[in-house]
Amino acid sequence: MSTASTSVIGQSRVAKWAVTASVVFLCLWVLVPIYLLVANTFSSPAEVNGFPKRFWPSFDTESIEFFLNFHGVGSALWNSLLVASLTMILSISVGAPAGYALSRFEFRGKGTFRVLVLMTRAFPLPLLALPMAVMFIKVGLDDTVLGLAIVHTTLALPFAVLITYSLFSGIPVELEEAAWTLGCSRFQAFIKVIFPLVLPGIAASAIFAFVVSWNEVFAAAVLTIEHRTLPAFLLQSLDDAPLHLKFAGGAVLVIPALVFIFMVRKYLFAMWGIANR
Amino acid sequence: MAEIKIQEVAKQFGKTHALHSVDLRIEDKEFLVLLGASGCGKTTLLRIVAGLETATTGEVWIGDRRVDHLAPKDRGIAMVFQNYAVFPHMTVFENIAFGLRMKKVHNAEIDKRVKRTAELMHIENLLARYSGQLSGGQRQRVAVARALATEPDVILMDEPLSNLDALLRMEMRTELKSILAQSQTTTIYVTHDQVEAMSMADRIAIMHQGHIVQATSPVEVYRNPATRFVGSFIGNPPMNFLPAKNLGNGVFEVGGTRFKGPDVNVDSLEFAIRPEDIVVGQGEMQGRIRVVEPLGSHIQASCEVNGTLFRVVVDSNSVIKTGDMLALEPTADRIRWFDADGKLVPV
Amino acid sequence: MHNRALPYLLLLPATVFLVAFFLYPFVMVAYQAFTTDEGILTTQYFTKMTSHWKFKPALNYTLLLAFTVVPIQIALALYMATLVSNMKRGRDLILYVWTIPLGISDLAAGLIWLAIFDQTGFLNSILVGMGLQEQPSLFLGYQNKGTIFLAVVLAEVWRATAIVLVILVAGIGLIPKEYYEAAQVFGAGGWQRFTKVTLPLLKPSLQTALILRVILAFEVFAVVVALGGTNLPVLMGEVYQRQFVLQDNHVAAAFALLILFISIAFTLLIMWVLRTPREARL
Repeated sequence: MSTASTSVIGQSRVAKWAVTASVVFLCLWVLVPIYLLVANTFSSPAEVNGFPKRFWPSFDTESIEFFLNFHGVGSALWNSLLVASLTMILSISVGAPAGYALSRFEFRGKGTFRVLVLMTRAFPLPLLALPMAVMFIKVGLDDTVLGLAIVHTTLALPFAVLITYSLFSGIPVELEEAAWTLGCSRFQAFIKVIFPLVLPGIAASAIFAFVVSWNEVFAAAVLTIEHRTLPAFLLQSLDDAPLHLKFAGGAVLVIPALVFIFMVRKYLFAMWGIANR
Repeated sequence: MAEIKIQEVAKQFGKTHALHSVDLRIEDKEFLVLLGASGCGKTTLLRIVAGLETATTGEVWIGDRRVDHLAPKDRGIAMVFQNYAVFPHMTVFENIAFGLRMKKVHNAEIDKRVKRTAELMHIENLLARYSGQLSGGQRQRVAVARALATEPDVILMDEPLSNLDALLRMEMRTELKSILAQSQTTTIYVTHDQVEAMSMADRIAIMHQGHIVQATSPVEVYRNPATRFVGSFIGNPPMNFLPAKNLGNGVFEVGGTRFKGPDVNVDSLEFAIRPEDIVVGQGEMQGRIRVVEPLGSHIQASCEVNGTLFRVVVDSNSVIKTGDMLALEPTADRIRWFDADGKLVPV
Repeated sequence: MHNRALPYLLLLPATVFLVAFFLYPFVMVAYQAFTTDEGILTTQYFTKMTSHWKFKPALNYTLLLAFTVVPIQIALALYMATLVSNMKRGRDLILYVWTIPLGISDLAAGLIWLAIFDQTGFLNSILVGMGLQEQPSLFLGYQNKGTIFLAVVLAEVWRATAIVLVILVAGIGLIPKEYYEAAQVFGAGGWQRFTKVTLPLLKPSLQTALILRVILAFEVFAVVVALGGTNLPVLMGEVYQRQFVLQDNHVAAAFALLILFISIAFTLLIMWVLRTPREARL
């Protein structure tokens, strides 16, 4: 049907050309800046700081080596990984049960909980870093990986709840009920039937939580001093760091995120489409 | 022994009553069909027996065990769902074996029983496939096989054929009836399709607005509907109804004609007759044809008798057209009478 | 099979988490903004905030950025979504390319555009190389607030249009093809189908995208810092300065409360303007 309806419209040759040109332009608009960053990263520090710039990399690894050996980068990378992994685990383990409850039960207070989750959208969440800084000092979580992971989980949790809610809703209740009638307890039915079916989706939303944390700058910069994550480290060295360090840092920040987005591309539209309604 | 007793079972969802104190007893090895329009409570009742829904009040017994507080897994039941609910991440073999594995049956026995049930359902060549590789009809077979494999005391079926196309549905109906008869398992079968109900059931329980209005054999349901609703719900086309004025001494005036009816002390009743129980071309009752619908085996003619719709069935060779007047004679022993509450009045 | 307590048990962790780390902290921000360390009620921190010379430019630039960036993003994403929905081949590949920026943090986006706008960057290299300029210009210097602003707008449009696109494409996917065919049968052309079918049915998705983007636009921070340092003041940057550099928690909290207030006000406004009655939804 869709192919029929588009061909019936009968676009002129010029219009078709304009569409193709727009698509190509928009692809270049997205890709060229990333290419330029990567080209910078794989050029020698002298070339990065020199003028005029070359538009293709010299495949010199000196910049990237300089960055990786720079004091604090190693631990920042490690902290980023730790915080992001913790965020991923926390937001899924706290969010998925809630998503399951929302998809499978009718109960009093369900509406209130949904409002609480949706409310987070209207709030600038990185600002949480301010009161949390005070709270964490009281409980000894200041400048810790766990403390930052908690704040990042607050960012990722609403999405984890809504995404898992839509994942569970996508699985017919009858599959679970069939398992119950065939001898499963609720827990067994979940493990044997529901879990294997939602696993890819859960993995995708876990990756999503990971990326949220990996990319977050403000809370990370406010809440950590000794245990900086990579974005916090980069932000605080913006003033004094040489260009090749900034660009290599940017590239290291971007590349894992690109890989992750590639991994979850199948779920991107389904998850966001439903989770955001 | 697995008779099912449903005693004073009621279900409320918030303020709406899905079921009003239902009593029903299903004999061991009986095939009972719960028949009704959507929203009548038939699926709710089935799900209460299965344990997927909790009754607000009342008791459910299977055999000599009270089961209404047990989880579905402890009730000795198996269920076939409308959308089949074949697990998509398991092969057909694993689907059929699922219930046996949960019962910790050992592997050799599982192998034997899965093969046997698969052969019974003619799906032995599909055992290695996944649900996604099966047609609707095949999935249906897997769902039934999965239920039979556990050798349950009771099989519960929730509109199992309604997602199949017409031809396949008829085929499966016959096959399912013979397989279930062989297995001699007590069965509750929910459907909204009266042909399915009539053709398969030992007994039909007709549900309407959360009540069971009649539970008896298919022929009895058809011939002697307990209420006006049953008469209008069963049969295609349904029963004809005409207002009947009591002239005294058991004589009623119906559509300008007099009929012998029950001798009761009320001003009026309702006269009812099935379309095929009317002899056309004789009698005093007159009907003007409004619509003629040739159906191959016969012609269905919708007439108007004293301003009321009145359907008759005539031979396909008859030459009739819209506007014609037809003489109609209801067969005397097939006439039924209903009172103002819609209850059957015995003659 | 119904355990009344089970849904509550399942919701408990998430509820506790959100109350402890979302609701309570926001109460604390308000408390911090309105009381001194000794616990005395005061508005002095707001006076201190508004009387600072950077307050007005920060507020203005933040609002101006949001009102420039968000409309461009919505329009561009709508255009991209229509392009994609009319595509027969290569749809998935194009969508993947266009959603790449979704995974890129604001800081990284700032650094990417720094590589272009820097004095030794690619833009200057092109301009000088083509002989349009004698010398590389200092686009991001403190006296060039206009070009810093432009660079921030470009970086933000580049980075965050993807999220709008994803929401809109998912929304368009929910509109049945039959509606377009019906509109076509009744004589609606391409533009009319877009304005009479797509836009009205897309309203819930547009609402979501707008709220999400406007809130994030008020939080703009790392892009601005990466491209302009402190030359282009924005509200979130002021919060950071107060909290982290000046250790002035109370004024930081006052700024935070202001951002919160603007965010909630705009959320409610967007919800009201783009409201769809429940019955009129897909």
